[in-house]
Amino acid sequence: MSRIQNAVIESVKTVLGWVPAQWLPGGTPDPLIERRAAIGRQASRQDGPAKVRGEARFAAEVAMDRLTYASLVHGTVTRGRITRLETAAAEAAPGVILVLTHRNMPRLAPLALISFTDLSAVGNSSLPILQDPVVRYNGQVVALVVAETQEQADHAAQLIEIDYAADAARTRFEGAKDDARTPASILIEKNHVSVGDAERELERAPHRVDNVYRTPGHNHNALELHAVTVAWQGGSLVVHDATQMIAPSANVLARLFGLKKEQVRVLSPFVGGGFGGKGLWDHQIVAIAAARLVDRPVRLVLSRDSVYRIIGGRTPTEQRVAIGADTEGRFTALVHTGYSIMPTYGACPEQYTLGTRALYRARSFEIVQRHLDLDIVPNTFMRAPGEAIGTFAVECAVDELAHAMSVDPIELRRRNEPDRHPISGTAFSQRALMQAYADGAGRFGWERRLAQPGARRDGEWLLGMGCASGSFPYVRMPGANVRITLRRTGEATLSCSAQDMGMGTATVQIQHAADRLGLPVEAITFEMGDSSLPAGPLAGGSAQTVSIAGAIMAAADKLTAELLRLAGNASPVAGLRAGEVRLVDGGITSIANPSQRESYQSILTRAARNEVTVSAAGSPPLEMLKFAMHSSSAIFCALRVSQVTGEIRVDRLLGSFDCGTILNPKTAASQFRGGMIMGLGLALTEETLFDERSGRIMNATLADYHIPSHLDVPEIDVMWTGIPDPRSPLGARGIGEIGITGVAAAVANAVFNATGKRIRDLPITLDKVL
Amino acid sequence: MMPFTYSRAASIDQAIEMAAGGRSHLLGGGTNLVDLMRKGVERPSGLVDVTALPGTIEETGGGGLRIGAAARNSAVAAHPLVRARYPMLARAILAGASAQIRNMATVGGNLMQRTRCVYFQDVAGARCNKRAPGSGCDAAGGFNRYHAIIGASPQCIATHPSDMCVALAALDARIHVAGAGGARTIPMVDFHRLPGERPDLETLLEPGEMIVAVEIDASPFARSTYRKVRDRASYAFALVSVAAGLTMRAGRIEKIGIALGGIAAKPWRALRAEAALRGGPATAQAFEAALAVELADAAPLPGNAFKVGLAQRTLGAVCIELSGSDR
Repeated sequence: MSRIQNAVIESVKTVLGWVPAQWLPGGTPDPLIERRAAIGRQASRQDGPAKVRGEARFAAEVAMDRLTYASLVHGTVTRGRITRLETAAAEAAPGVILVLTHRNMPRLAPLALISFTDLSAVGNSSLPILQDPVVRYNGQVVALVVAETQEQADHAAQLIEIDYAADAARTRFEGAKDDARTPASILIEKNHVSVGDAERELERAPHRVDNVYRTPGHNHNALELHAVTVAWQGGSLVVHDATQMIAPSANVLARLFGLKKEQVRVLSPFVGGGFGGKGLWDHQIVAIAAARLVDRPVRLVLSRDSVYRIIGGRTPTEQRVAIGADTEGRFTALVHTGYSIMPTYGACPEQYTLGTRALYRARSFEIVQRHLDLDIVPNTFMRAPGEAIGTFAVECAVDELAHAMSVDPIELRRRNEPDRHPISGTAFSQRALMQAYADGAGRFGWERRLAQPGARRDGEWLLGMGCASGSFPYVRMPGANVRITLRRTGEATLSCSAQDMGMGTATVQIQHAADRLGLPVEAITFEMGDSSLPAGPLAGGSAQTVSIAGAIMAAADKLTAELLRLAGNASPVAGLRAGEVRLVDGGITSIANPSQRESYQSILTRAARNEVTVSAAGSPPLEMLKFAMHSSSAIFCALRVSQVTGEIRVDRLLGSFDCGTILNPKTAASQFRGGMIMGLGLALTEETLFDERSGRIMNATLADYHIPSHLDVPEIDVMWTGIPDPRSPLGARGIGEIGITGVAAAVANAVFNATGKRIRDLPITLDKVL
Repeated sequence: MMPFTYSRAASIDQAIEMAAGGRSHLLGGGTNLVDLMRKGVERPSGLVDVTALPGTIEETGGGGLRIGAAARNSAVAAHPLVRARYPMLARAILAGASAQIRNMATVGGNLMQRTRCVYFQDVAGARCNKRAPGSGCDAAGGFNRYHAIIGASPQCIATHPSDMCVALAALDARIHVAGAGGARTIPMVDFHRLPGERPDLETLLEPGEMIVAVEIDASPFARSTYRKVRDRASYAFALVSVAAGLTMRAGRIEKIGIALGGIAAKPWRALRAEAALRGGPATAQAFEAALAVELADAAPLPGNAFKVGLAQRTLGAVCIELSGSDR
């Protein structure tokens, strides 16, 4: 992102600062915050029964006539050039239809990288895909085999012989620091933030901590492998994909393959886990190209190994966090700087310092991220990019300072709790982190913690407790469109190309629509997962729910106006304007005089209409520029560490969340728990073994890359304040990513409480504790 | 995966005949072999399925057990006699893999499973003397946390991944093998080889030979157990594991068997430590000191130096557990 962008965003924020809040989205609280019926109720996922019965068809399962199967070949050098490419044996192998290499791949432009200012740019990598004999990272796709069966394709892929002339490659994190770049902005925020003279404040602070924290690379491991089933039908393209960006993918594919927008249809009704990894990568592009060449449908399911090779993960980081405090523990300096990998052809800056800006009040700040160029598969967004690992560094540092000052770590946080955004001075829309701490501490039994490390034990096991804050920004995406069709029968269908990676997208929006339209949940259908429906934004940034909710709000307003028009002068609600009515109990009701109402059935019958259809886009999400909007959490961990082996076993985990209105406690609790389990992996076991000698990932399997097993996951308690955010649709903020944030620090702080050892290097494996 | 033939043997003789000559492999549960075929590490021309061969678990005359090679790991771990008489064996098996894998994996296959060294498994991207003799070893200067601290060679630092075999080594099991040249018995402690110059040769099995049964004598130990150390609580290979059995007499160690996993290319029977301990008291200090003697020749690497002390402390803790003594 550029300096120009910084200037534009800053000036928009400045102007918004002058605009009265009531003129903006969220200016007056969403009325549904006060009168909700279906929202806030436990509801099981709509898609649950179909999934349990095996009836839900995922991208790799869609049936097609004359289907062919594809298998990838990955390059094995990190930088270089193919000098010999022998495909004859593969082409002659049984069942083989096509061997696709740079020689016969159609010439295509590179993908436009994901951008928050261009919503139709969704590429994770701008490197050429099979366009030339050059290899740019280890594992890059160098060939694709298409055959009659998967086994034949896999077999033939092994018969391709390739020689490379290897060039020198940049693979060493430490070595790349000398050439680190300092970007002007990180996403839509200015990168380098300097308030006061933090280094000087640090120097003269009576209390200070100043340490370096390291987090390793991580890989995406969604249960469902990346998969695509592609068919060209006439001049049109149908792509059954496992994706969290349906409409943007369709746009980009149309542009890439020279098609009209309506000639591309991307379907993805079910996705078996996304976490930021289910985007547009090389595999969809080569499968689509291959399908055109063989003139038959092609299915490409990545192997787990292929997912590691060509789907980027989370970058490793090295972060310095320093905090200076006065004798009362008030922060005088907060420094958060560091290094992460972000190749110039990648899209994700791993914004680990963005959360730090809103966490604590401090007299001075010094915040900046530096990017390293390495020759790797470009890293990408992974659940709470930035915050997941940024909170590890900051929240460990706060715990270290609390210990050094002999202050309870929650109390230290209380003393530094900001009442406005600490850097911009913007008002928080709503923030009750301290209440989340108080509620969580009470339920967890925090008062039983002994501040002295190593003071509690059970046989050979040292017991410890730790806590940490989590945070994640509120985002509402522009470009969310929804269509509502209301029928005379009192049923409604809502349509949006939305994605569901397992979190209950349709379920929650049905609850929402029921309340918004004044209908029972049984009367609502939510169509989604298809780019032929009105375009929704990508599912990311924990933003989909409020983004679609904002569009439903807009569409409901339009529907109200349309119904009033249809109602005409003969209606009991005649003469009322849209702002004077609400939709309740299957009809339009005057707010001032609730007995003045008419049912949808009556209005549509009189108008001789079977149904009425409206479409609308959500309002521009200006509230997120006008206000400081964040979800936050207090995470508590109790664990044991073996004095004999250093093994760490987590006994209890509690998350106390402040995320606005919780729309569906059942699906929300599941999201929180899932995030927290991922946080346990981040804390204790997950690590991409990237061999810096070869530039190659060495543990590209679930056997060698350790996510938590069932036995590693304790009972996880989740709770929430449930305080609505007056500035957001439904009073809700994102909940998908915050669960992982804060967990690694809570675990690390508990390990310190148990053992007296500070581990600043994730994952906290037993050898580090010994 | 490369094309291969599949055949199913109805008898031991037939299996030997079917597997003779070519590049055929015997197929048990396939929980390791099939993975390796998918990765291209193993490229057999044929598979001879031996899961229909004897997998019975029978008591022998002397109060021991004979376990057919085709017995499933889970069947062995659940067998009442194994649980009652050889708790270390039941625990070792249950500490390994996952329930699904244990339900498939056979005893013969467990003995023959191959190292999980990530460089061994990466045909396309890494050098490995075990997989491709003479090509070099990328593990030595790479990720070697799971690798050997003792008995390794410049050619190979891989470990044997089995849990079950560690218990079998401590129990002095015997491996019954059959082949075209007749039947013979190999002591478990000798069955696996150290890498030396030929890391590709992993056992004493000759070409054409196959495991038909494992035999264990009546347990000499009053108490025994297995402790496995790993970061992840389940479904992870051992960084260090200890199988130990103990019989005390008048406050002195009368009988003792110790084997360690995760530290060498074979289950490491700690004969030197046992000799140092026999006749002495069962204290954690004595065990740790004895293991220091055993590991005097250890040559750990930067990635696994912690295992020396870890093995000692783990053994000390196991001693406390078995003897009921306190530190």
